[in-house]
Amino acid sequence: MSGDARNSALTVEGLKVHFGGGRGLLGARPTVHAVDGVSFSVPAGRTFGIVGESGSGKTTTALAVMRLVPLTDGRVTLGDTVVSELEGEALRAARRQFQIVFQDPYSSLDPRKRAGEIVREPLDLMRIGTRAERDAKVAELFGQVGLRPEQRALFPHQFSGGQRQRLGLARALSTEPDLIVCDEPVSALDVAIQAQILNLMARLQRELGLTYLFISHDLGVVQHICDEIAVMYLGQIVEQADRVTLFRDPQHPYTKALLAAVPSVHGARADRRARLRLKGDPPSPVNLPPGCRFASRCPVAEPRCHREAPPLVERGGHRCACWLVGSGEN
Amino acid sequence: MSAPLLDIDGIVVDFSTRAGDARVLDHVSLDVAEGEILGIVGESGCGKSMTALSIMGLVPQPPGRLTSGSIRLAGRELVGLPESELCDIRGKEIGMIFQEPMSSLNPVLTVGEQIAESVRLHEGASPRAAMARAVEMLRAVEIPEADLRAKAYPHQLSGGMRQRVMIAIALACRPRVLIADEPTTALDATVQAQIFDLLQDLQRDMGTAIVLITHDMGAVAELADRVAVMYAGRVVEKGAVGTVLSDPRHPYTRGLIACVPHLEPDPPAVRAPLLEIPGVVPALTDLGRGCAFAPRCGSRIARCDAEKPPLEAMDGGHLTACWVARA
Repeated sequence: MSGDARNSALTVEGLKVHFGGGRGLLGARPTVHAVDGVSFSVPAGRTFGIVGESGSGKTTTALAVMRLVPLTDGRVTLGDTVVSELEGEALRAARRQFQIVFQDPYSSLDPRKRAGEIVREPLDLMRIGTRAERDAKVAELFGQVGLRPEQRALFPHQFSGGQRQRLGLARALSTEPDLIVCDEPVSALDVAIQAQILNLMARLQRELGLTYLFISHDLGVVQHICDEIAVMYLGQIVEQADRVTLFRDPQHPYTKALLAAVPSVHGARADRRARLRLKGDPPSPVNLPPGCRFASRCPVAEPRCHREAPPLVERGGHRCACWLVGSGEN
Repeated sequence: MSAPLLDIDGIVVDFSTRAGDARVLDHVSLDVAEGEILGIVGESGCGKSMTALSIMGLVPQPPGRLTSGSIRLAGRELVGLPESELCDIRGKEIGMIFQEPMSSLNPVLTVGEQIAESVRLHEGASPRAAMARAVEMLRAVEIPEADLRAKAYPHQLSGGMRQRVMIAIALACRPRVLIADEPTTALDATVQAQIFDLLQDLQRDMGTAIVLITHDMGAVAELADRVAVMYAGRVVEKGAVGTVLSDPRHPYTRGLIACVPHLEPDPPAVRAPLLEIPGVVPALTDLGRGCAFAPRCGSRIARCDAEKPPLEAMDGGHLTACWVARA
């Protein structure tokens, strides 16, 4: 367990989310191990990033924390509330504490509702404050995210992508949550607009003491906004460290390959070939190999890696799951 | 310097929209030589994809119209060619790969058939010879077990494999120019790196000229020889990649480089806020007389609102369209 558990806003222990399984119409259905034993904790007021490629389970982890997918196993604690054990009305009431901002600002806003209504909806559903108080809160939220109060009367299609993501943030902020889960919040935006939203998110965190769980495939964005970062591969965390350590001293071969794959404005063309390259695609989360899940693509894998799965071992706040790390061979 | 293989000179494309006429491309001039990679960068709506469609003669007409300018491929004028001749050029002389490999492939044909189709069409090859070429192309784009994969349908392949198939289709007739429109946007970082390596190998081995359309300055830095930055339908800066990236003259280019959080091997412990380009891209129906970037520009002077700055050479082949940079 890393981080100081006493000040943790969010603690996730042994989280598993499996899809499928059981018997279907055509016989036994395969089990997809989307998230397979993930543990981490996020101190209050900090940003915890999860990076990984498609199929790594980063979004499913986010949805599980939000209780938007059924948990197969594990425990999610937010402050003093064990979110993973809540059901029905108690869960609905607790949702006030945690909100989500989605990737696609075009499909995550109801096109038939006015912007003001969209932001107000959580307040209405949670019955927070009187009508007048809710209206005042919405006006305040519009100001906080850099929209003008008169824009409350507009429909989503009248906003640009960046403005829509501001609406998504305002909606998430409306219940004054402790935790905001951000699932690729800037991936759908143009680069110039990304900077506006990232700066806004950083400012809101400073002003409101928010805790972010930030999901992204963009390492540059993650490095910029996150304090602590976990790298996921096929449903598991393979490496985790604070932002300076992870990028200065990556240890897992997958992390190294991921960092090497990012095109750099500093890198000269000649450097490219010298860098670590991965071949092929990740194996399917249905038929998982017995050993390390990365072994089939790993440039330094040994026979042992194909037989036994390496545990996630912590050394001085830096967690890594690789047989070759720390044994003096890497 | 050798004569450009593809020479685009002052093309203008207008679109009629409900909000009035929009000038989608405003005197765009670009060229690319054999074996060269030209990057075109810009945000959505800047005209980079429309430039690609113009080269292919695929501007939807109506509502679009190529009103002036010339596009020459090895000296041959493409503007005004009848559709039948353009059909011969598309796929044979100029190949194109699109952003979404899933929606650009035919789901009911095997990938082998789809590659063979263009070989049969353009070279009149027999079905058997065309299929042999298809397998050879799949091998060239490094798809393992190419002869088996040729019999696979698109849904049986991963995103990276599908993009390799798209590249194989585009290159099957050994075109002289390859236009790659955001070829890796839908792909994961490690797969993107594989595709970039592949494009670079093909350009080196076959001497293909590549026009790489992207929003990612990093991709341009790694792949391209020269770069053109587009904004609101115009080229605002163009030159060798090294010069433009290390010494950008146009405020928009500077903003585009600075607003992206670039991955640092040794990140500083204290983070400064990202530089923002305020505001949004203007509507093309509503551009006014001056520089289209002026309303968002920090260095704007009075002249910027009154007159469009021409694209002019600064030094060493580096061109910029900015009144302030010129002063």
